[in-house]
Amino acid sequence: MLELYGNALVGGLLIGAVYALIATGLNIIFGVMRVVNFAHGEMVVIGMYIGFGAWKYLGLAPLAAVPLAMAALFAGGYAFQRWVANAFLARPQHVQFILFIALGLAITGLHALMFGPEPRGIQSASSFEVYRFGVIRLDAVRAHAALAALALIGLLWAWLRYSLTGKALHAAAENLVGGQVIGIRIPHLFALTAGIGAACAGAAGALVAPLFETQPYLAPEITLLAFIIVIVGGLASLPGALLGGLLIGAAEALAAAVITPSAKSLFSYALLIVVLLARPEGLLGRRGAPR
Amino acid sequence: MTDQRNCKSVSPQRRRLLKAGAAAVALPFPAVLRAQSSALKVGVILPTSGVLSFPGLATKRGTELAVKMFLEQGVRLDVSYVDTESKAENGRVAAEKLIREGCGILVGAWDSGTTISAAQAAEAARVPLVVNIGSAPQITEQGFTQVFRNFTSAVQLVTNTVARIKELPRSRDFDPKTTVIMHVNDTFGQAMFGGVKALWEKLGVGIRIVDTISYDARARDLSVEVAKAKATGADIVAPITRVNDAILIVREMVKQDYNPMAIIGPGSPGPYEKAFTDALGKYSNDYIVCVPWYDPSHPMTRRVLDRWRKEFPNERFELNSGFGWEGIQVVADAYQRAKSTRPADLHAALRQTNVTNHIMFGGPIVFDAKGQNNNIGGPMIQIQNQEPVVIAPNDIAQGRAVLPMTRWSARG
Repeated sequence: MLELYGNALVGGLLIGAVYALIATGLNIIFGVMRVVNFAHGEMVVIGMYIGFGAWKYLGLAPLAAVPLAMAALFAGGYAFQRWVANAFLARPQHVQFILFIALGLAITGLHALMFGPEPRGIQSASSFEVYRFGVIRLDAVRAHAALAALALIGLLWAWLRYSLTGKALHAAAENLVGGQVIGIRIPHLFALTAGIGAACAGAAGALVAPLFETQPYLAPEITLLAFIIVIVGGLASLPGALLGGLLIGAAEALAAAVITPSAKSLFSYALLIVVLLARPEGLLGRRGAPR
Repeated sequence: MTDQRNCKSVSPQRRRLLKAGAAAVALPFPAVLRAQSSALKVGVILPTSGVLSFPGLATKRGTELAVKMFLEQGVRLDVSYVDTESKAENGRVAAEKLIREGCGILVGAWDSGTTISAAQAAEAARVPLVVNIGSAPQITEQGFTQVFRNFTSAVQLVTNTVARIKELPRSRDFDPKTTVIMHVNDTFGQAMFGGVKALWEKLGVGIRIVDTISYDARARDLSVEVAKAKATGADIVAPITRVNDAILIVREMVKQDYNPMAIIGPGSPGPYEKAFTDALGKYSNDYIVCVPWYDPSHPMTRRVLDRWRKEFPNERFELNSGFGWEGIQVVADAYQRAKSTRPADLHAALRQTNVTNHIMFGGPIVFDAKGQNNNIGGPMIQIQNQEPVVIAPNDIAQGRAVLPMTRWSARG
């Protein structure tokens, strides 16, 4: 029993760390711009294709593809926000929603056009590797992905907290008008935020490419998962995204082990409903955050 | 110029006659098929994107090959394909679209849920639906009058499987007493599991089911499911899967060093697909499935396989492509006899179907009052050297079973 539940918990926490990175991207965009990126899952899928392509055509290990995916997604996210999405910031929220839904559909359509509908999996030697600690087994690919995700979240947290630009992002998130008054270049800052959010999605995509088979139609599931994590952890909260990711990962795994594997997603949604009822701002979210 | 002149000097009728004559001599078909004056519009519904796209595309390739081969025999089929995106609810939408476009007959829809959904539209419009793949009993048990299924029902699949498992040679190293069933929880998985559960003990396999583990059809991670199966200590793992989940299960079994005596998929599609052996390499070996399969000893199969290798050199001909091919054979046969593109005439012809010369293992293709072909056999296939090999029944076996399966750590 210890072996079953222990391994389920560890496996859930490892995948939860990657979930957290996915949710971090969504959270940072919402936190700074109050924009909901409905194309977030599609951005993760771009990262997955980059991870797959780097492995297949360049012979790169999945981890080595992470910087490539981050760079590509950062550039794309920055450009899209700077030259398209910024023009929508003053418009009603439903118009912004439609913009991002359209972006998501366009990305999926392009993926289907370019790569076809077939799932594409990365099969490397490490696909079958495990690290053993007594009865506990760490799936090597998942452990690498989790460590990389945690490192990236840590770096992002430190950069936001200690760098001047990070502080400017905080300022803009806290008070947009105040930020403008003190000379923060808001369009650039928003584009930077979108770039960082997209880079998180890209990195997470490259990390999960060896775990999940890449195909164009994965995106809605990923977007939904990111929303659940963000809502459970707390809107606009970086530690909240981390906590939410770990919690959802562990809860899904334990629900599968203790109840039935079919109850995995049921449990995530149940957790979401409980959090919405008991603490609508999320576990680490702030009530009525100013803007 | 000379060639052109020569071509012109032969009248279209004569050319057609020559072509038909040549084809009758050279090709393997059971009867000389006469050229049709007009093309029959055929609507093919398949999941060519989404989670079922691997088998859906394989079925499509088989369908395309058959259309091409029957065209060479003078049977003109104008085929329109609609992708269901692996969503069951799209079956009906796809069928309605194809019927609106004037299709006189439908073929599909690979997945049981989608097939039932499409059958509702076919029934309403009185357009025949030839089911190429789809095993849920409900397909032919709901009183549909337009459905003709050239695929085994879950009950047949399970009955065949149980018979084959009972036939497996026992030895000192292979004498299984227990099994754990893992199954996907969609329409197909539930139907198959229901069949296995009902028939397993009734038919006296002599192997006790110690646990059943169901999982979501869209699951991306089956580590907990495999850990639960391992915890049962069962001698045989019996996964009812499709290809993606079969890959996930084996990968997890390797990682968790779970070495049962055998993995036997009861009526489980997927592990014979190229995607499975490509993804798992040496770890794909020794996996056994009991599924309807082509008869490798049949001359017609060999000819179709030869043509397949030319048309799709990088793809594997298997269950999906085989039944995709045969679905079109059923349509072509009905069209030949009906001599009409009207759905009612095609329906009447389908009722009289009796195709004795065909590629999938089993008896003649004949539909009963419910539209079910009950003559489809169920060979046992084992992956050996990363290729599917028929290991039972003996009269069509290509190799001997490797049992117990080789331990993961002993696979070089």
